[in-house]
Amino acid sequence: MFGRPNLYTSYDQEAQIFPTWSKKIAVGLFVLTLFLLPFDVPLFTDEIPVLKSIPIIGSLIGEGIPLARFLGDETWLRPISLVLVLAIAALGLNLLAGVAGQVSLGHAFFMGVGGTTAAFLGGESGDGLYGLGLPIWIWLPGAGVAAALVGILISPVAVRLRGLYLAIVTLGLVFLGIHLGNTSWGRKFAGAPGLGRRFQELDIRIWKEDVPLVNVGDDGHWLWFDVTDNQKRYLFLLVATIVMALLAKNLIRTRTGRALQAIRDRDIAAEVMGVPEFKYKVIAFAISSFYAGMGGALFAALSGQMLGTDYNLFLSVEFIAILLIGGAGTVSGTLIGTFFVVMIPQFVEEITKWLSGKEGGIVGTFADGVLAGPDDFGVIATGTQSPGWQLSVFDWNIVLFGVLIVVFLIVEPLGLYGVWIRVRNYWKQWPFSY
Amino acid sequence: MSDAINPIADIPLIEIDEITLRFGGVTAIGGVSFSVRPDELFAIIGPNGAGKTSIFNTISGVYRPQDGDIRWKGESIIGTRPDRVANLGIARTFQNIELFPQMTVLDNLLTGRHIRMDSSWLAGSLWVGKAKKEEMANRRKVEDIIDFLEIEQWRKHPVALLPYGYQKRVELGRALAMDPELLLLDEPVAGMNLEETEDMARFVLDIQRELGIAIILVEHDMGLVMDIADRVMVLDFGQRISLGTPAEVQKDPAVIAAYLGSEFAQTSETSR
Repeated sequence: MFGRPNLYTSYDQEAQIFPTWSKKIAVGLFVLTLFLLPFDVPLFTDEIPVLKSIPIIGSLIGEGIPLARFLGDETWLRPISLVLVLAIAALGLNLLAGVAGQVSLGHAFFMGVGGTTAAFLGGESGDGLYGLGLPIWIWLPGAGVAAALVGILISPVAVRLRGLYLAIVTLGLVFLGIHLGNTSWGRKFAGAPGLGRRFQELDIRIWKEDVPLVNVGDDGHWLWFDVTDNQKRYLFLLVATIVMALLAKNLIRTRTGRALQAIRDRDIAAEVMGVPEFKYKVIAFAISSFYAGMGGALFAALSGQMLGTDYNLFLSVEFIAILLIGGAGTVSGTLIGTFFVVMIPQFVEEITKWLSGKEGGIVGTFADGVLAGPDDFGVIATGTQSPGWQLSVFDWNIVLFGVLIVVFLIVEPLGLYGVWIRVRNYWKQWPFSY
Repeated sequence: MSDAINPIADIPLIEIDEITLRFGGVTAIGGVSFSVRPDELFAIIGPNGAGKTSIFNTISGVYRPQDGDIRWKGESIIGTRPDRVANLGIARTFQNIELFPQMTVLDNLLTGRHIRMDSSWLAGSLWVGKAKKEEMANRRKVEDIIDFLEIEQWRKHPVALLPYGYQKRVELGRALAMDPELLLLDEPVAGMNLEETEDMARFVLDIQRELGIAIILVEHDMGLVMDIADRVMVLDFGQRISLGTPAEVQKDPAVIAAYLGSEFAQTSETSR
């Protein structure tokens, strides 16, 4: 077991998702950390006396590691929950664009279909709104199925297009979706334009009973822990994301996944090998839309409000950025990419906030140079209004995204996943270079 | 029908009957006929642009001929989609390697097994009993092919990183993984050195004799073709100019005229 690493004695053993013990342990610990994340972990409180006593490091992070202190902090749970929701949708686009090679800009549209369907199935009727008030085990898969059906409906058109043309056609879907939501008929499902409709909680009910089987929407008590509603939502989404990620991983490494990759790499050769291109492209669209639909429903559930205009072009582009930065075609790359794309703005904001409180020392001097106060030359505007040419933190984030996409396309097309592979291989072979 | 001793050999595996393929004004194949027996190594040679690869593309359903018929075990397969043709048991390799470059050698070969597997996307993503069992069983089959072609060390490599000669071998393996009855090999030794060519010739002969798979071979390496083929067909400008055993074809004045010019042919009158 420990004597010869990477020695497999059966195909069964080799085919496991986490074949080695080191991988099993690492992933196990990581998942455990994710489950503990919303709770107070004593290690990461603001003051760390041990670190403070170390000369230089102490002055830097003695008052708390700037990024780690969100552990156990309620305000950080929402962006991290958003990572989980968008990860589910991104896994879908990864199957379509990364694995099957069909670049779609219409992912937000399918999310919108899912969100609207879920609002209709699970929401209450009244105020000119349609709603059936069905339990979550109907509306969540229902959102996915509805989006998948719409995906199948448009796939005969999409299958005949490739590359740029497909991207443009699917781009049109986003505007079509927002328009449909604004029609008098669409408003009965999606709510008034700009206002949306209230979205139901993630409560798990058997049928329409008043007291849910599992109450996710309110603070409560699970086992021997006190949990708030945000923590509950986070845990629910975490389980959903892990399940969907495992399903995607299995799909990619089995017969269907290989067929999709074959179509991506060489479509004519794939057909000659006996892979019906049309059928598998439709399957790719359907599964990708299913993921998008579920993601869209959970996206609305997280914000508590279903707003049609949230499912816009910017969201679609964000998914493209996720795939490019994370690494298209791999499940882990997609997950890393989602974390990166959603959390980078939060981190930048946090660091800026942390820097602006600093005076003197190395950090203080740096902060003085970077941040624009009332009368100096920094590049980041800290006030609510930009004092001149300096950009605010929000604007800097947009700049950062553009730069990151360009850099990854040029330097590392495999994204962060590719970086990880390189680092891993370096240490695997160390101290030899080959 | 006179050869009553071996009636099976009389029924051709595939029959190409007067097929004509035109691209606009260009006639790529002009009324070519031939048939291949179930145990035969049939070679097609001819100068560049003679229509050799076009014949492969019409057989595997990529092109649809304007005229003529292709019969597989007596039944017409004209207009059948490429993936259905593959399901019948016709596998092929390509002139310019058409492997799936981002996939590993193992995944490429397993993609070849696609038509011999039947688990759905749902079973696959749930990784439940049958799908898992099927994966393992087909992995074993693929390992046999890896063994046969001696590419064990490349198993986990993305094929794009492999040397050219090995890529050709993997492509042969991917076609073999389909368990075909007829294998179409499009220039399997193009651009190879002598040693690699001889390795490939050995594989081709083993496939024909030990696995009992009929082969249609398109190749420019005359030495190889004349050594291993049972029968040879010569094409020029989409026309069949000769068909027979290698010895017969080599003596055919029409072939000599096509390859070396009519002044080298013993008689300038050719029987087109």
